[in-house]
Amino acid sequence: MDGLISQYIDPYYLRILMLIGINIIAALGLNLITGVTGQLSMGHAGFMSLGAYASAILSMQLQVPYPLALLAGGLVAALFGLLIGIPTLRLQGDYLAMVTIGFAEIIRVFFLNFGPGGKAVGLAGIPQHTTFSTVWLLVIAVVLLNALLLNSRSGRALYAIREDEIAAEACGLHATRYKVLAFVLGAFLGGLAGALFAHYNYYIDPNIGSFMKSIEVLNMVVLGGMGSIPGTILGAALLTVLPEMLRVVAEYRLLFYGALLVILMIFRPNGLLGDVRIYDIKKRLGKHPERKEVAGC
Amino acid sequence: MFWQQLLNGLTLGSSYALIALGYTMVYGIIQLINFTHGEIYMFGAFVGLFLVTVLGANLFVAILGAMLFCMVLGMLVERVAYRPLRGKSSRLSALISAIGVSIFLSTLMALLAKTNPRRYPEVISSQTFHLGSIEVSSLQVLILFLSAALMVGLQLVVQKTRVGKAMRACSQDLDASHLMGINVNRIISLTFAAGSALAAAGGVMVGIYYNAVWPYMGTMAGLKAFCAAVLGGIGSIPGAMVGGLTLGVMEILGVAYLSSSYKDAIAFAVLILVLIIRPQGIMGQKIVKKV
Repeated sequence: MDGLISQYIDPYYLRILMLIGINIIAALGLNLITGVTGQLSMGHAGFMSLGAYASAILSMQLQVPYPLALLAGGLVAALFGLLIGIPTLRLQGDYLAMVTIGFAEIIRVFFLNFGPGGKAVGLAGIPQHTTFSTVWLLVIAVVLLNALLLNSRSGRALYAIREDEIAAEACGLHATRYKVLAFVLGAFLGGLAGALFAHYNYYIDPNIGSFMKSIEVLNMVVLGGMGSIPGTILGAALLTVLPEMLRVVAEYRLLFYGALLVILMIFRPNGLLGDVRIYDIKKRLGKHPERKEVAGC
Repeated sequence: MFWQQLLNGLTLGSSYALIALGYTMVYGIIQLINFTHGEIYMFGAFVGLFLVTVLGANLFVAILGAMLFCMVLGMLVERVAYRPLRGKSSRLSALISAIGVSIFLSTLMALLAKTNPRRYPEVISSQTFHLGSIEVSSLQVLILFLSAALMVGLQLVVQKTRVGKAMRACSQDLDASHLMGINVNRIISLTFAAGSALAAAGGVMVGIYYNAVWPYMGTMAGLKAFCAAVLGGIGSIPGAMVGGLTLGVMEILGVAYLSSSYKDAIAFAVLILVLIIRPQGIMGQKIVKKV
């Protein structure tokens, strides 16, 4: 299948499509933490670089098979998510935002000085195992699992915590446990995305975990719509394609980007598709004639 | 050796303290991590540089000019990007709006001034004094005295004037202050102005001390100053001063006695430890859950 695809699709567009897929996985992870559960995490790129480095080192130096390396990348990120999630998620407020910024910076500085990771030069020569079909099959799997989770009892608990943590606890939810669950799952997806990227891009360096990258992923979630799976997919796709289209005005790109965030927050703080869920769209499409009638009354 | 490092640490720390004050004051009143603050500091450094190199101003005029410019800039940012959101949307939206402004300002400066670091010309005759075995440069003396003067000035304004009283009232309870007839929007605006002016002064002094000014200098300095504010206890003005000085000393001592390659990680490690062990910081008050 991949042979066919690379025959018919221009390599440049293929690369963009792959990056869209990888970004969707990372952004869906952050969406679980920030969009669904309402816990602001600003160090998602830290998890991505952990996943990328862990999987790259495993497959380059220990010749671990590709699927296991991907899994290990996700698991390492999830482990670190658990380690920083347990102490900080007990607290309310912006503490998580602060700790995750700090955590991602420490990870970046660590990889800058980490011998097996090539220090500041980075790692080159990672086997290019990630193909179009792996990325998009994983995207489909992640979207389905996400949708299942969000429609389950646990998913509703996560939404409840975002809306009002104290009320949710009063209803008998163990808020900290659910917050840690969302955080660990989100970190896992971040690590998985990083591992996919490492085995696609052939080369990684410590800057893949920079603060700007974390902000970029956060923007995908916010732009598309917090807590919404279609929204996050839209946001990830838009913010991957948009910079490519704006390449002509590359210098002004970030200027536009910053202004866009402010304008969006003022006029549409819930993002383009804030809280739109897949079954809402289905319902809306199915009931279109009925809505006209209602409008008629 | 130790005392020398301590002095260097205090010099660095006083610049963190100046920036941290802006974070802590804004957080104290509207519970917003003002991500634009690092960029305001960067603008301060550039305005000072502009005044010195293009208009040939002396150091004090440059600092004053930078402070005035950044006061206006800080109030403008608050008016354009934060006020329309206040009361209507979640704190998350305000935070993201702040990040947007921060990206906008640093890119704007990168377009205006290009990204390579620029140098300050010699604005102060460099002399070195000897205190026993310690070497003190005239620049360090200036930085320490000027920061101390600014902090004392701020403390006087906050504790002794009507505006300062209103600021303290707002940080205790915004709604109740509004009911008591305080023009809350004006006080928030003035808080941004005061914090921005201090950051600008810090920017000019750091620019001269390290002899480098570039458009992305604000991000890391801002994040670290924010760590300092949390370390001191976010929302507490004396806390920000103590936190800034402590963090500066820890960073310099860490570089001197541990390893220089982890310089940037020290501040964040301190941040995480503080949040785990004592989230209210050295001088902050414990936040009580309210329904």
